[in-house]
Amino acid sequence: MPYQNITVSTEDGIAVVTLNRPDVLNALNQATMDELVSALEEFEREGSVRCIVLTGAGRAFAAGADIKEMAGASAPEMLAGYRFQQWERIRKVTTPLIAAVNGFALGGGCELAMLCDMIVAAETAQFGQPEINLGIMPGAGGTQRLTRAIGKSRAMEMVLTGRPISARQAEACGLVSRVVPAETVLDEAKRLAKEIAAKGAVAVRLAKEAVLKAFDTHLEGGLDYERKCFYLLFATEDRSEGIAAFLEKRRPAFKGR
Amino acid sequence: MPDTIALEQANGVLTITLNRPDVLNAVNDLLAKELQDALRQGARDAAVRCLILTGAGRGFCSGADLRDRAGAITSYREHLQATFNPVILAMRTIEKPVLAAVNGVAAGAGCSLALAADLRVASDRASFIELFSRIGLVPDSGSTWFLPHLVGLGKALEMTYTADPVDASEALRIGLVNRVVPHEALISKTMELAGRLAAGPTKAYGLTKRAITYALGATLEQALEYEAQLQDVAGATADHREGVAAFLQKRQPKYEGR
Repeated sequence: MPYQNITVSTEDGIAVVTLNRPDVLNALNQATMDELVSALEEFEREGSVRCIVLTGAGRAFAAGADIKEMAGASAPEMLAGYRFQQWERIRKVTTPLIAAVNGFALGGGCELAMLCDMIVAAETAQFGQPEINLGIMPGAGGTQRLTRAIGKSRAMEMVLTGRPISARQAEACGLVSRVVPAETVLDEAKRLAKEIAAKGAVAVRLAKEAVLKAFDTHLEGGLDYERKCFYLLFATEDRSEGIAAFLEKRRPAFKGR
Repeated sequence: MPDTIALEQANGVLTITLNRPDVLNAVNDLLAKELQDALRQGARDAAVRCLILTGAGRGFCSGADLRDRAGAITSYREHLQATFNPVILAMRTIEKPVLAAVNGVAAGAGCSLALAADLRVASDRASFIELFSRIGLVPDSGSTWFLPHLVGLGKALEMTYTADPVDASEALRIGLVNRVVPHEALISKTMELAGRLAAGPTKAYGLTKRAITYALGATLEQALEYEAQLQDVAGATADHREGVAAFLQKRQPKYEGR
């Protein structure tokens, strides 16, 4: 499927999706979000991609929503639009998503990175929710995911001042899992993706679901959910293979079933 | 054309001369801005592979222009954030060698400016004064960070408490400068060194600077990991291929900084 605003490539069971509007710092307009959702859902349907890396071309990961596109919108239009349905569809993607944040991740760009399951950041990356400077506020999860990721006080300061934080600060407060030289950020994310792609696909999927459950349930519910996922995996071939390989001191050959 | 600095570019070396000799090159707002612009330009221009910072006239730099700031400044912090701090950070993050050719007195934030360079070549007439305590201030513009790394904790506190001038030979002895040369030969000797560096594998120099800066704030484990990551970057450069080829062919390498 030809895309205008993103590029897509696959290798060794992983996919790399690149936001490709570098001249506007990969601002997330409707067309880009549409293509992103199509690409991710196509991978889900097709089934051979077991981990997806999302990155941006040029200096930015994504510098936010397309402000021009929103400039004339009224509140009822924003409410009626399907803008946020796309974000919900990305949230429901079961394949692990890794954001390789190569530069600015601001506003919607920061929210998109946080919507991914892990963030690998270039040391030159910056994360911020600057919406307050435009008299608005984050609208695609920024107040919720940032707070859960880095805690109330730090999230509040970022959201209320609009000031960005550096990659190293983001690492120190747990927003990103690792920071690497800018030149290697995509390679690092791909290496991580390939490592995950080599695991048992059913186990990866259920483990991702269970970790995400931690965000929207109380501990007892989360533990129950975890245990059910855990039991379920005992019905998979991958579990038999994994345990046999461990006992025989060899590498497992998972089949994803 | 900048008013308060002079720029000269030749053979891959950009020389930035602080050019307010009548006030020993004190830094006013305009100079700070022009210096920031020059460093940004030097960072971007691929033809620039090494930078020299020096001063016109008798002094290197006498620090912040106190007359310029009298009355107008409500917060030293905001003043530093707008003037010296971006300059110091630019000097430390620009991935090319930066040399200071210290031609005379380097005082206060002017001393910090010299310390922010990668290497210091000093005239035998140069002196370094951490002037701040004489007017009841703390060292700024990076002196608190550079000094203990360069000369150790004890000397750092001695220089900042006493605000006594450290002359060129003493500066050489304690590691505050890399070389001392006769005053008349300062520019030629610095140019000689800069020219040598500019003809070197400057991309690798830039990564080396990044790695060493990182290591100052890291554990050994972190530094080892970071070196390994950067070695992948350096290993992919044309200069690395050229260096290996030249070694095998027993000839001098021709590096291009990429």
